[in-house]
Amino acid sequence: MSHAELHQHFDIPGTTIFDGEMAMKGYGLNKMCYSFNAAAARDAFVADPEGYMDKFGLSDAQKEVVRNKDVLGMINEGGNIYYLAKLAGIFKLSVQDVGGIQTGMTTEEFKQKLLDQNNQ
Amino acid sequence: MAKVIGGITTSHIPAVGNAIAKELFEDPYWKPFFDAYPPVHEWLAEQKPDIVVNIYNDHGLGFFLDKMPTFAIGAAHEYHNEDEGWGIPAIPPMPGDAKLSWHIIEGMVEDEFDITSCQELAVDHGFTVPMQLFWPGLLDNPNLPRAVPISANTVQHPIPTLKRALDFGKSLGKALRSYPEDVKIVVLGTGGLSHQLDGERAGHINKKFDMMCMDKIVTDPEALTKISRMELVKEAGSQGTELIMWMMMRGALGDNVEVLAKNYHIPISNTGAGMLLLESKD
Ligand SMILES: [Fe+2]
Repeated sequence: MSHAELHQHFDIPGTTIFDGEMAMKGYGLNKMCYSFNAAAARDAFVADPEGYMDKFGLSDAQKEVVRNKDVLGMINEGGNIYYLAKLAGIFKLSVQDVGGIQTGMTTEEFKQKLLDQNNQ
Repeated sequence: MAKVIGGITTSHIPAVGNAIAKELFEDPYWKPFFDAYPPVHEWLAEQKPDIVVNIYNDHGLGFFLDKMPTFAIGAAHEYHNEDEGWGIPAIPPMPGDAKLSWHIIEGMVEDEFDITSCQELAVDHGFTVPMQLFWPGLLDNPNLPRAVPISANTVQHPIPTLKRALDFGKSLGKALRSYPEDVKIVVLGTGGLSHQLDGERAGHINKKFDMMCMDKIVTDPEALTKISRMELVKEAGSQGTELIMWMMMRGALGDNVEVLAKNYHIPISNTGAGMLLLESKD
């Protein structure tokens, strides 16, 4: 049984298991985002996003989702949320903004959803 | 000989670092969170541990996917943090204890745990936020202990099992207690509890599961080892796998512990925030 089949037993709706397969698919995208730990790298991206994405060998699909700030698309393209969070920082998106983008809510609606979790 | 006096678990959400910097302790959003910490401050002031073993998970500052250690132990004289990409306030370098680090590494590899040793390790919010929470003022706090950071991989599957995490803690505890110097050691397990940042299920929090974990980790941590990693993702969320660090801490404390303080609050950022102060009774 392959690891992909193993994971299929645990199909968790709305959840991507970031495993070796996804880590290989998203390597360049995640490596670019990891570089944003350094302020100079963030400046370089802002100055020339296309050139910066080329430097890390992003696929066309990956470039497109980055241009569109399409967070679900980035995850689908192998992005890991911990690295993507650094890109979100450049876009000045908070964790709740990112939550809203992924769930089709406004940031305020997403924050309310979190508060409502207390009534479980 | 060294003594493990107890353990503390806490969430380590980056927003907490910002709230500390802005002193939002009485803010209505933050008060139910920060009110949990004075009993810990009192216990630490009374106990004055010499060493903190800070078990956390790196989130993409110290390690990248090029080389991803399952378990890494810092063996440096001091630990720096860096801007993580969102301009969170940096803290000054934290003093380490390289001699103890190497003692732990020697002991645990002898015990057949395969450790990555790190003479340089940039520590992220998983390490720094708990240091700020427990020792306000950091270098200005006369009780700031020397630190040994331990990071477990929760970034990329396969992540360690909860059983391996508990066993890791047991081996760590054995290594700590065999250290010949008369030092008092507190062990932190940081992260959690339930939360999910990514996907259409972002915002998932599971109060019932968190409550069960906070209960069982005290009385019967072995029971939690029956939870598979995929079940853990399903119940606690993609990032709720940080329960692993709580289990590593718990294993180091020995069989019997007493709960001195406990808190659980929803939400801090996207997270069910949990805190436990446990005193070793063995
Ligand atoms: Fe975390």
